[in-house]
Formats: sequence, C-alpha cells, structure tokens
Amino acid sequence: MKIKGKWFLIGISGLFLFFMLVLPLISVIVNSLKEGMGFYFQSLASPTVKSAFGVTVLAAAIAVIVNTIFGIAAAWLITKFSFKGKQILSAVIDIPFSISPVIAGLAFLMTFGRMGWAGGLIARFNETFGTNIQIVFAIPGVVLATVFVTFPFVSREIIPVLLSIGKEEEEAAALMGADGFTIFRKITFPHIRWALLYGVILCTARALGEFGAVHALSKTRGETFTLPLEIDALYLSNSSESITSAFAVSSILVLMAVAVLIIRNVAEHQAKKNEAKQ
Amino acid sequence: MYIEMKNIEKSYGDFKASKEVNFGLKKGTLAALLGPSGSGKTTILRMIAGFETPDSGDIVIDQKRVNDLPAAERGIGFVFQNYALFRYMTVYENISFGLEVKKVHKKLIKERVMELLSLTGLEGLEKRYPNQLSGGQRQRVAFARALAPSPGLLLLDEPFAAIDAKVRQELRSWLKEMIHKVGITSIFVTHDQDEAVEVADEIIVTNQGRIEQIASPFEIYKNPATPFVAEFIGQSVRMNGYHKLKGFEKGNFLGAIIRPEFVEAFKSDNLKFQDVMGCSEEGIIEDISFRGNYLEVRLNVKGVSLTTHRSLERRPVTIGEKMHVIVYRIYAYDDEKAYLLENSLLNGVNVVTF
Amino acid sequence: MTKQSDQAGKSQRVIPGFGLSMGITLFMLSGIILIPLASVLVYSFQLSPREFFNLITKTNVVNAFKTSLLCSLFAAFVNSVFGLILAWVLVRYEFPGKRIMDGLIELPFALPTAVAGITLSKLYSDTGGMGRFLGLFGIKAAYTKTGLTIALIFIGIPFVVRSIQPVLETLDPRYEEAAAILGAGKFHTFRKVILPELGPALLTGFGLAFARGVGEYGSVIYISGNNARNQTQVVSYVIMQKLNYVDYPGATAIALVMLFLSFLVLLFVNVIQVHQAKRTSCL
Repeated sequence: MKIKGKWFLIGISGLFLFFMLVLPLISVIVNSLKEGMGFYFQSLASPTVKSAFGVTVLAAAIAVIVNTIFGIAAAWLITKFSFKGKQILSAVIDIPFSISPVIAGLAFLMTFGRMGWAGGLIARFNETFGTNIQIVFAIPGVVLATVFVTFPFVSREIIPVLLSIGKEEEEAAALMGADGFTIFRKITFPHIRWALLYGVILCTARALGEFGAVHALSKTRGETFTLPLEIDALYLSNSSESITSAFAVSSILVLMAVAVLIIRNVAEHQAKKNEAKQ
Repeated sequence: MYIEMKNIEKSYGDFKASKEVNFGLKKGTLAALLGPSGSGKTTILRMIAGFETPDSGDIVIDQKRVNDLPAAERGIGFVFQNYALFRYMTVYENISFGLEVKKVHKKLIKERVMELLSLTGLEGLEKRYPNQLSGGQRQRVAFARALAPSPGLLLLDEPFAAIDAKVRQELRSWLKEMIHKVGITSIFVTHDQDEAVEVADEIIVTNQGRIEQIASPFEIYKNPATPFVAEFIGQSVRMNGYHKLKGFEKGNFLGAIIRPEFVEAFKSDNLKFQDVMGCSEEGIIEDISFRGNYLEVRLNVKGVSLTTHRSLERRPVTIGEKMHVIVYRIYAYDDEKAYLLENSLLNGVNVVTF
Repeated sequence: MTKQSDQAGKSQRVIPGFGLSMGITLFMLSGIILIPLASVLVYSFQLSPREFFNLITKTNVVNAFKTSLLCSLFAAFVNSVFGLILAWVLVRYEFPGKRIMDGLIELPFALPTAVAGITLSKLYSDTGGMGRFLGLFGIKAAYTKTGLTIALIFIGIPFVVRSIQPVLETLDPRYEEAAAILGAGKFHTFRKVILPELGPALLTGFGLAFARGVGEYGSVIYISGNNARNQTQVVSYVIMQKLNYVDYPGATAIALVMLFLSFLVLLFVNVIQVHQAKRTSCL
C-alpha cells in the first residue's frame, strides 16, 4: 500500500513536470531545427540578432555589477546591524519580485520620458551642453529596466546564508581590530561565495531574459533590442521562416537556462556540504 | 582595581537591563557573573567589551575610562558563547588572526601561536579546521585566539554552554588552571552556580539588573547577603512556619530559606545524637527519592515540610517512619537582607554531623 | 524582540561598515526602485478621482482585470495541488532522477518569459503537439483563457514548491508516525497533522504564484491571443498597449491599481510569515 502510493505520487509528479516543463523545452529545440542546421546558424548570424546579443550582454553585465555591489551592501546592512526601519527596507528591496515588469518599464517612462520630471531636466541639460543623452527608448533605459527587475536577486541569495551563520565571527574579528574590508574578505566572503555565485547567475539569467520592462523602453530593432525583443519581433512577423529563427534564438536562451539550473544544483550542493561542516 | 564599573545604568526601552551596577576587580582575579537568564549578566559583559554602551556611568579598565573607546582598542580578549571560531580558517589562522590585523611581524606571530598551542595542548592540530575539532578542543582554540594579542582582560560568555556535560567538568578545572597560569584578569558569565563556585575566585551575583552580592564562592555560600542570593545558591527552598521549630523565634523577618544540609534526621536509637536528643523534635517521613549517591528525604515536622539528604551508608529509612529532626540553622530575611539564624538550643552543644 | 533591536540602534556598532552599506543601499534603492515608482504615483495623483475612475472602469480594462485575476487564481490553485505533491515527492521519497526533477522545478525562473511564451503558444496551437492532442477532446487551448492559464501554471509552479519544500523538510516524520500509531488513517493523518503544518507555507506559495500571475506579461501574451472580445487580454498587456498609444494617464491609472493589488498580496504573505514565525517559536 505504502509503496504503491509512493510510485503513484512520483508518477503524477513526473507526468506533470514532463508536460508542463520538459515538453516545451524539447519543443523549442525541435522548432528551431525545422529548417535544418544551416538555417539555424544563419538565423543566429543575422545583423539584428547580433546587435540584440550585444545589447543583452551589455545590459546583463551592468545589471550583474550593480546588483552585486548592492546585494553585498544590503545583505551586510540587514544581517550585521540593527536599526529602525529594517523590516521596511527589506520589504522594499523585494518590490521588483512582486510587481509586473511592465510597470517597471512604465515607471522609467514616467521618470525619464517626455512626461517625466527627470526627462525635462535631461532635455534642458542636453540643450545647455549640446549633449544628446537619452534614457528611454535608448540603451540606458534598457539597462535601467534590466537592473530594476534583477535588483533583489543577489541580496536575496546572500541574506539567508548570512542570517544562518550569525554575526559572531565578524564581531570576534572586529574585536581584534580587523577593518571592515579584511573582515569581509577573510571571514564573510568564504561563507557566501556559493550563494553569491548563484545570485549572480540567477541575476544574469533574468537579465538576459527580461522582456516586459525592456519592451516598454526599447523600440528600435537592430539598435536597442535585446534578444527576447528580437525573438518577439521574429515570432510576430509570422512567416514560418522567421518563426523558426525566433526558436533558433530562443534555443540559445534555453541552453543558458539549463546551464543556470545545473550551476544552481552544483552551488546548492556545495553550500550544503559547507553547511555540514558545522 | 584593574576593572571598575561605576554607577552603570542601561535600559532597552522600558526594560532596565542594568541598575546601579558597581563593582571592581583586582588584577589577576577570575570572576564569575552569576545569575538567572535575564538578570543582566550578559549585558554587563557586553558593555565591558564595548558591544553595548551604558546609558550612564563609567567603565574603567586599568585606570582609563573606556566608555568611548571602540571595542577593538580596549585590550580585551573575548571568548564567545559558541566560540565564533572562523570556520574557514585553520586553528593556526584563527589564533594568528588578531596578531595579523595588528601587523605583527610574521616571525613573532609564529612564535606566539606556537607558544599558545603548546600552552593549550593543541600542538599538532594547527592545520585542522574548527569542524574537525571536538567541543573541548574548540574551546581551547577560542581561548588561545582570545589570548593571542596579550589582552589585559579576558571576557568569556557562557564558556561551557556548548559542551557536553561529560567533558564540561574536565574543562572547568582546565580553564581555571590556565587562567591562573596566564595570570590574566578574567570575567565569565554563567547561569550555573556549580560552575561559578568551582571556577571563580569571586562571584558577582546579578538579579533583575542589579548586583546582589560580590564575594568569594565560600562567602556567597556561607553568608548570602540578600534573600535572592540565599535562595539562588545551593538547593535552597523558601519555607514558612520556621518559628514553629524548636530553637527559632519569629523575629521581624518576612520568611526563611533552608537548605537540606541544615537539617538532620536520625533514629531514636542513634547514640551519636544522644546529647542533642532533647533539642530534636519528631518528624514523619513523607517521601524518599533516590538521587544517585544519596537519598532525598522529605519530613513533616509540626506541619512544616523539611528536606534533608541522607547518605546511603546510613541505615535505611521508610516512608511513614518517625524520626528525630534537628534544624541547625536557617537564613531568615527581611525586605533587603538575609540573616543567618543558628538554632539557639544548640549553643555550646557539641554536635556530630555527617 | 523588536524593542530590543530598536534600542540596539543606540548601542555601539562593533562591526564596521554601517555607514557605507547604509549609504550604498539607500542610494541605489532610491535611484532604481523608489524614485521611478514614486514618479508613477506622482503622475497618477495628477488625475482627478473622476478621470481615474473612468479610466479604470473602461470595459476592456475591467475585463483585463477579471481575466488576469481569475486565471491567476485558478493557476495558483492548480499549482498548489501539484506543488504540494511535487514537494512531498521531492522531500519524502528517494528515487532515481530525483535531483534532476528537483533542478527542473526552477526552469520557469531561469527560462526567459518570451521564450516560454512563444514555445507554449506554438505547442498548444492547432498545429502544435499538445494543441492537436487536446483538439481530439474538443479543447482549444491557444488564444483562449485555457491557454493563458496553462502559461500561468508554467511560471507559477516553482513558487509553491519552493515555499513548501523547506517546511516539509523540517517537519518531523515522527508526527506522522505518532498519528499513525494512534490509529489515524493515511488521509486523516495528512489532513489533520500535515496540512495544518504546511498551511502557511502553502498559502505563501499560493500568494506568490498568484501575484506573479497577475503581473505576468511575456509568457502569456503569445498564447492568449490578446483578443478584447474573447476577453483574453491581461492587465500587463493593456498597460503595454496604452504605452504604445502614448496613453500615459490610462497606463498609469491601471498600474496604480496593480501596484495596490501586489501590495495587498505582499502584505498577505508577510502576515502569514509573521504568524508562522510566532507559531513555530512557540513549539
């Protein structure tokens, strides 16, 4: 009876995962190769895809750097000190998790766009100094939107780890006169390296794949489009060839997603091993 | 005085963690801060270390007021409750860390670490990581690490809490011996009176943010100054109706505290107690519990419940048996103080005790 | 506890870096999250209450809200059931391929939403594998609410599983054994002993999956067809549409309602978590 129940539940789980997750994954690959390998590589080499690839990588790289700095600072602040408003601060960091990415796009439009207060400032700045700084519908907007949606990723990975190890090691080191940088490098960093790595990877994955927020802020194909926007454009142009191209580009992102999952698995495994150390 | 606390006050919101804390310790003293949880002992330790700042009052270490000095500059070694060993560093790296941040010469660091390793009996373990050590070894590393920069004062927060009961005993005497060998002024926090009595030269008893008494373990045990100390130390119980017992008068006291060793119960044919048979009164055994190496016997004497310990070497007793009972002394107390009351009938009588 | 942590702010900070980390955190948080969101608020407050009301009560807007909320609710419900089973299987059983299964759960987190969107849309279209299969039963998935819900199930499943898993891991099997020894049947044990323990985590997962579903854009817009008449437009799509027509007042008004909704869900999840923390600390 017990055994039967077990395999019944495993069966249900397996079927659910297969139909909901695995089948779509396979379908991407199958669709991308519909017109043959030659077409596949040709799709990837088109100028708009190349441009989109560049923009995507740039946005992701900046998002990773910004969010790593922020993530470490915020995690340090939240786990090592007590201060008023800590709960609120930690809730605010999570905002990007819970709101629609389209709203993030909207928020930047309302800030830096023609309607936004900062938009006016930038326009005046450009007039006075003869510069041509543009935020929305330009690369900076794409970068900002990407940073916004990935904002909490690094800090959310580090905070639980730091909470679970407590702050006594850092206190002990500080008591011996070590400065902040030394404490972080020698005491804290070894504890969080796997979480940090995983946070960075998750942040990268999300940054490479962000769609809604960027969609609102990027309108020029071949210039400010990211890979997901390029996929959207290819898919919606509705010829069977361009749809296959869309899947070809998607397959790159799928490979990346699978790589992220594998690295996560390894990172988690390592973290658990370290945890078992004490 | 090497360390002095003068009129320290500290509160967290409405909660008063320290009230009029005043004490001083001579150089080389090993003191215990003893009290129940929430009595403010850890707050005192953390204030000395510089983890907390008192609301008012002065902390003086080695003639210098240190209130505004950062923790790192107070010359303090701190052993954390769970030792807080650096988990990603070897034993050697742990011990040398405090010297390295002080930019001490590599060769001197090595000498000092080796010296501490041999002092604490950790030779050969320097390449191990904390997770490869036993609880006792971890404590030794924590101790060595705290001592490495040669601090003037060593603070230990519940140093035995993380250790199995079996090894604890051994480590207590080890730590006491070590601290005396090094000669460093030390304060440790504990809620375990046995630990305080066994290890410390001086015990500082705290209760509700106040210091109740500072004295040697012997003094604390023999002459508790306040009702709290009298009740907290030993297997003390509050009792009512002490004046019903022979040899004690009501006086202006609020009540009394008694310990099992203050009560003697013997059989009527016991010749050793012939002299004091007249001072004794009748008690009936209500309950007997076996406590390993002795019996705990509860007697009813004129409606007053008394407990005594009975050696297993003595003749067996049974529930309901009539015994002769003598109470040697009690601690009577009023609002503020505890007073030792001796049994007036026994004045000048030669009593044999077990 | 809160009292103590509030007050500890006054005490000396032994660990260095408070000012620096506070500075970086507040600076970046304001620049990237707070100021842009505040801009939305400021702009929406320029609308008169009447304008605002008119904007959000337009038929297509109301329909979009209905669609988003209902489909997300249904998807979150389906995910709660399967999420519970998945979490149970992953925590309680050993079987080959378990680690792969565990890793796979997170695929929707890692896969770009647009990719998920076009893939599901293709798969469930009349010519796609699943579409044809469902067609045999007379079910049309693509460009209907069914398809939309399938996409929401896809993106919501990890939230439920990952909320329940850690709680289930810490739940002592002895509870169940104790219940079994007392003669409780399997179903009874589950309902009376395990489910109450998992309740808060399940609700948290439900709330998170629901919130994600309501705001979802990339993975649903392809499969849903975005047809106003069939009521397959989701809220995010309507906002995007208004942005494209430079109808900023309309977009902002809807966004404000969305922000309010997600705030409510967050609050709900937080209350559950606080409640749970209290309960477990009593144990």
